[in-house]
Amino acid sequence: MIKYTEEHEWVLVNGDIATVGITLHAQDALGDVVFVELPEVGSSFDQKAVAGVVESVKAAADVYMPISGTIVEVNEDLRNDPSLANSDPLNTGWFFKVRMSDPAQFDALLDETAYSALTQ
Amino acid sequence: MNSADSNPLLQTPLNDLHLELGARMVPFAGYSMPVQYPQGLMAEHLHTRQAAGLFDVSHMGQIRLEGPRRAQALESLIPMDVAGLGLNKQRYGLLLNDEGGILDDLMMVNRGEDLFLVVNGACKAADLAHLQQRIGHICDVIPMHDQALLALQGPQAVTALSRLAPEVTRLTFMTGMAVNLNGIPCYITRSGYTGEDGFEISVPAQDATDLARLLLSQPEVKPIGLGARNSLRLEAGLCLYGSDMDIRHTPSEAALNWAIQKVRRTGGDRAGGFPGAATVMSQIDHPDTLTRVRVGLKATERVPVREHVQLHTPNGTCVGETTSGLLSPTLQEPIAMGYVAREFSTVGTLLHAMVRGKAVPMQVVALPFVPQRYVR
Repeated sequence: MIKYTEEHEWVLVNGDIATVGITLHAQDALGDVVFVELPEVGSSFDQKAVAGVVESVKAAADVYMPISGTIVEVNEDLRNDPSLANSDPLNTGWFFKVRMSDPAQFDALLDETAYSALTQ
Repeated sequence: MNSADSNPLLQTPLNDLHLELGARMVPFAGYSMPVQYPQGLMAEHLHTRQAAGLFDVSHMGQIRLEGPRRAQALESLIPMDVAGLGLNKQRYGLLLNDEGGILDDLMMVNRGEDLFLVVNGACKAADLAHLQQRIGHICDVIPMHDQALLALQGPQAVTALSRLAPEVTRLTFMTGMAVNLNGIPCYITRSGYTGEDGFEISVPAQDATDLARLLLSQPEVKPIGLGARNSLRLEAGLCLYGSDMDIRHTPSEAALNWAIQKVRRTGGDRAGGFPGAATVMSQIDHPDTLTRVRVGLKATERVPVREHVQLHTPNGTCVGETTSGLLSPTLQEPIAMGYVAREFSTVGTLLHAMVRGKAVPMQVVALPFVPQRYVR
């Protein structure tokens, strides 16, 4: 199941692992992504802490942690080719994977309907 | 974004065309302006470097100075050689305040019957008031509210424009001529803000959309937004007023001494006689008295360095700050401009840009970052 944040991240949960990326809307607003800064594997973040940065030629934006937990994997392909965040934001353009410390936080995130209402 | 504040945005005569082309519009200098079209900034940037891009720069101020004493009048406000500017010759200029701080930068052309100025959009109201107050009694200062301004830039700009007006091939960099483009009376200069060959076209507002459509129908030409305009000008080492210089900077600090002709410097026939002359001339004569200088910077790691990033020495002393910066679409390397203490301004000096608390190594480099390709 996929959910969204008001800061325009998407979260896909599989077991206790959440995969996080930026939404179609976010990449469109940013324009051509030229740089991403990803968190270190093994580091822990609280929900809403800044976990990364995504930059286009014209703007830089923080990537917030949608859900508390520990980073288990980051997308090295994205680091090497940041344009994946534009061309395939919901799949190969994912940012990082988190082992959730409080899976109940996921339930409170926005569903598809609520998120599309936000971006109208 | 806060929609509740400030005055309603102005629109250029091309507003409907921008919307039709799918532009993303943003507030800029009091106008609603296209920051990018559906192609996106990167593609627009590269298209301008490879072919030709059309920019709407109608937010900029166009002003005419008329009357027999216009050159002399303008020389009392800027440290440039205006009286010696040949017919249809264009020159870069700087309006200074009484401390030698830069009020605005501008382009001027001697069109024979007048001096034609193009000033920054964000400064145009203040510039007009300044000109009227300081020289309005010596010459006529006439705002050209009914003119739009288009820029056609890139190595194929001349191919596209000469198809409509073959005579433009006779223009060289920084010269201008009156041209009839498909029945539309225009004044065209061979100049621009991208580092490429290209033209700026002053056109009656009522004809601007027709002309833009005609130019866009040429196979070389695509519409380009303000986003790419900024990345193109930075690669070309050109200052953005309000970012890379403003009233807090003198021409010498902004590394713009080249714009001040010998005739206005110490020992010249018309030395001084402009606002801030004592400071400006003394800084040119004694560059060792400058405390800070504008420089170009290039990073060795692929981490973008933006504006307002502190510049440190490798041992941690802050010696300056960036004023513009981005990942160069042409070079695929981070480039920036900024001010550093004079002793750290030599080409080759290693500095650390402090990005989110981490040091990104940068080297002071000569400008421009991407070679300019003007047709001289």
